[in-house]
Amino acid sequence: MKFGVVVFPGTWSDRDCGWVIDQVLGAELQYLWHKDADLKGSDCVILPGGFAYGDYLRTGAIARFAPVMEKIEEFADRGGLVWGICNGFQILCEAGLLPGALIRNASLEYRCQWTNLAVERTDLPFTSKCTEREVIRVPISHGEGNYFADPATLSRLEQRGQVVFRYCDDTGHVTNNANPNGSMHNIAGIVNARGNVLGMMPHPERCAEAELGGTDGLKLFRSVAESAMKVLVS
Amino acid sequence: MIARIVVTPKPVVNDPQGITVKQGLATLGFREVSDVRIGKYIEVSLEASSEHEARQRVESMCKQLLANHVIEDYHFEIETDGHRPR
Amino acid sequence: MVDERKLREVALTPEEYRVIVEELKRAPNEVELGMLGVLWSEHCSYKSSKALLRRLPSTSPAVIQGPGENAGAVNIGEGWAAVFKIESHNHPSAIEPYQGAATGVGGIIRDVIAMGARPIALLDSLRFGPLPASSHHVEGVVAGIGWYGNCIGIPTVGGEVYFDDCYANNPLVNAMCVGLVRVDRLMRARAEGTGNSLMLVGADTGRDGIHGASFASLELDETSSERRPAVQVGNPFLEKLLLEACMDLAQTDAVVAIQDLGAAGLTSSVAECAGRVPGAGAHIDVARVPRRERGMSPYHVMLSESQERMLVVVERGREAEVKAIFDAWDLTSAVIGHVTDDGYLTIVDGSVDVARLPVSLLTDGAPPRRLVGVASEQPPGLDIDALPPLVDAGASLLRLLASPNLSSRRGIFRRYDQMVGDATVIPPGGDAAMLRVKGTRLGLAVTTDCNSRYCYLDPHLGAQLAVAEAARNIVATGARPLAVTDCLNFANPDRPEVYWEMEETVAGLAHACRALDLPIVSGNVSLYNDSSGESAIYPTPVIGMVGLINDYAKRLSAGLRSEGDFVLLIGSSHNDLGGTEYLKVEHGYVAGRPPALDLAREKAVNRLVLAAAENGLLHSAHDCAEGGMLVALAECCLLGGVGVRCPAVRPEAPLRMDAAFFGESPSRYVVSLSSRAMPELQSLARRHHVEISLLGLAGGDSIEFEGQFRLSLDEIRQAWEGGLV
Repeated sequence: MKFGVVVFPGTWSDRDCGWVIDQVLGAELQYLWHKDADLKGSDCVILPGGFAYGDYLRTGAIARFAPVMEKIEEFADRGGLVWGICNGFQILCEAGLLPGALIRNASLEYRCQWTNLAVERTDLPFTSKCTEREVIRVPISHGEGNYFADPATLSRLEQRGQVVFRYCDDTGHVTNNANPNGSMHNIAGIVNARGNVLGMMPHPERCAEAELGGTDGLKLFRSVAESAMKVLVS
Repeated sequence: MIARIVVTPKPVVNDPQGITVKQGLATLGFREVSDVRIGKYIEVSLEASSEHEARQRVESMCKQLLANHVIEDYHFEIETDGHRPR
Repeated sequence: MVDERKLREVALTPEEYRVIVEELKRAPNEVELGMLGVLWSEHCSYKSSKALLRRLPSTSPAVIQGPGENAGAVNIGEGWAAVFKIESHNHPSAIEPYQGAATGVGGIIRDVIAMGARPIALLDSLRFGPLPASSHHVEGVVAGIGWYGNCIGIPTVGGEVYFDDCYANNPLVNAMCVGLVRVDRLMRARAEGTGNSLMLVGADTGRDGIHGASFASLELDETSSERRPAVQVGNPFLEKLLLEACMDLAQTDAVVAIQDLGAAGLTSSVAECAGRVPGAGAHIDVARVPRRERGMSPYHVMLSESQERMLVVVERGREAEVKAIFDAWDLTSAVIGHVTDDGYLTIVDGSVDVARLPVSLLTDGAPPRRLVGVASEQPPGLDIDALPPLVDAGASLLRLLASPNLSSRRGIFRRYDQMVGDATVIPPGGDAAMLRVKGTRLGLAVTTDCNSRYCYLDPHLGAQLAVAEAARNIVATGARPLAVTDCLNFANPDRPEVYWEMEETVAGLAHACRALDLPIVSGNVSLYNDSSGESAIYPTPVIGMVGLINDYAKRLSAGLRSEGDFVLLIGSSHNDLGGTEYLKVEHGYVAGRPPALDLAREKAVNRLVLAAAENGLLHSAHDCAEGGMLVALAECCLLGGVGVRCPAVRPEAPLRMDAAFFGESPSRYVVSLSSRAMPELQSLARRHHVEISLLGLAGGDSIEFEGQFRLSLDEIRQAWEGGLV
């Protein structure tokens, strides 16, 4: 499984994703520079966290026009795996690869804290190693993680089971208290209709080692790594 | 020419900044305020052969970059004899 | 003859002007006068404090770079060096809290980058007037620090927040940055190599911040807000690009030196860079400096304090190579001059001569100010026998935990990204934070500390206590203290009692650092934190400290871990109630002598805790500081989510009950360990001649001292987390 981690000016989670992929998972890693329209044969393209282009104008607004994004859109069209984390999720929404938008946290404050996520889809390459209704612990770190979509879009997402992660308490109950940013329906991550493009606000690359506070993030990376192997084998 | 563009959150979008500012105004005694929405003002200085052309171009700019149609509305005016003083 | 108004504009005295004319053998022109004004300002020249700072120890076997460069550096093993410095941005933050704090963070980051080091952590020591009046300042500063640090992607892992009347008009914002660099790649900012090119990279130069250095060297008064343009707007995104470009530069040997542009902009960065090489000079053509505005004069260009700019000394002939690196990151860069060997800073504007000054006059010419220190009035003493006895320790605990200086800071640090970089192995909330050095087993502990109330009551002892406290915060994580960076904040040194505070503080710092074998490798002085003589700050020597653990798997946190563990107090307690939070919160006043400090005892206790940590004996450790033993114990319970059951406290005379619970004797820790480890700890304690006493057993969901009080953890947490709202 070849992971391609995209680097925009202002990205910083690229190094953390790279660390997990290379050092913890032991999988093949390449960095994809935003100016190069070249995915270098990656099987899974990761758009990591950060403040691409300073998040100026709107978060992700400028990044979506980078040369590499065109290639990513084609790649997604062909069924390639695309994984947007935090700023990456914001960029995917701006680029139209995922519906909706991420707006400012309801508290108007940046929040960096651990959250509990209810996993609602385990049939995806990103979550195959999770069990049904599992609650995983993953940290967030954002000022604009409040998911918004118009009523028709929201209803479609729910009906088609495109919500993958939802903020919940440690027993899996989806409550207001458990929602750190005001996201509609406590949405923390969604997938496109086809199931190959995932966007999530929490940072799995920050919880892949016990010494950093948890390893639930590693489950997601392993899911992706092993799903590729299944494809190769079949 | 100068295009003066105003980008605002769509009515349906929650605007916590606007709510907070409204509360602040009320605290200061401006109790007649019923609503506050906070958006962006963008000034674009551009060359164009006619006002019509400028309008078309600015419209494209708004659609492609300056406003996110999912969460924002926009409107603008073109000043044909304006120039940015420096 | 020059008129007084012009001199005041550049903050020079008539006497200083006379020295300039004498040295130059002519009158300086307007640009030269402006350049000398900023370089001779207190902020840049340290003319009021240089003589004192020489008394501070700055060497140890681990020191690779002491004071004199952009930051200090110490060897931490395995080929790595830790680079760090703390700096103040007080005056800008008083006027415009958000951007003042943000650009302060930006500035300190550039100091670390200039050494070729990748920043891995930020800490902020903040002081404000009492809430709610200061909430505008608090909100602006916290938001500004968060904005800059979060955007650039460097975790903010520590710091402190204090509230006191003395800071009402003069808040303090001291920002510390820690970075890592391979020892053989450490860069210095020395303009070496005659003919080498000087390149400017980063933001375009604008008219912002002119005379910012002078601004920082004056008291705040009614006209200060008119000087608002002296506060710049930061661009953390641009600084992120600069950071990555500088990391790439370190891979090539085309770069001789990197110097950041801070106070006094291009003038000071070129002068300092040249000043470090005897006989070196620089030739600068302002026409080649990329500008943001039209109509800027050479004066503006040389004095602009536009943020996010660096000066790079490049091997002659290799400019294109370096420019290519900057271009890849979409950074504007330009060759603006070259290194000379004539010892002069020569400025031209195309073909027009603008200024020509000896480098040494700029960097070392400011006559040291002859200031006199006179001991201030002795603060009120504490008649301990007249102090009413403790009534209800539990009730006092709740009030203390709810007070602004002791309450939980979670509401603040959750607004900072503490995790980016995947290196934070001890997050904020306890004692020092700790970052792992990826690729090794090394852990770096970092902290900032200062109790300025102690410093007000006794500057000499207060300074020693600040050093001791920082060391204890490091030791509590199992790390060995390594080196110090200091930010010395004082009021107006022209007042004899303030200069006396400076003398006493430096003497205390030197004494404690020598006793604890801690070199001071970098630092900053901020003076004139005073407002028209109305409110002067307490002497506030903020100590930033770095420590090292060889295997971070052995690190310790403050929270209790396991039911049934023994909870012990290491160290001995005395009637140290002077200057305590208990005295202020429960009895309403500040008086007495700060706690007595025995540095030999401090070292013994630290050695014991480190030995115990090394041998894996302890489950947790937390140092005792403000609020004394009971507040420390409560924090251990709250952070671990585990309560404690203790026998009643029956202090042995002459120890008082209030002192036993809330006295702030130094050299003490609250630790927990399994009963199995007790014999070994007791034997270690005997060997180190340190007293240990049993407080109680970990377990349950309350804190109970039998027959004295019992409070549920929920109740305690509510008080603790509600304090800063």
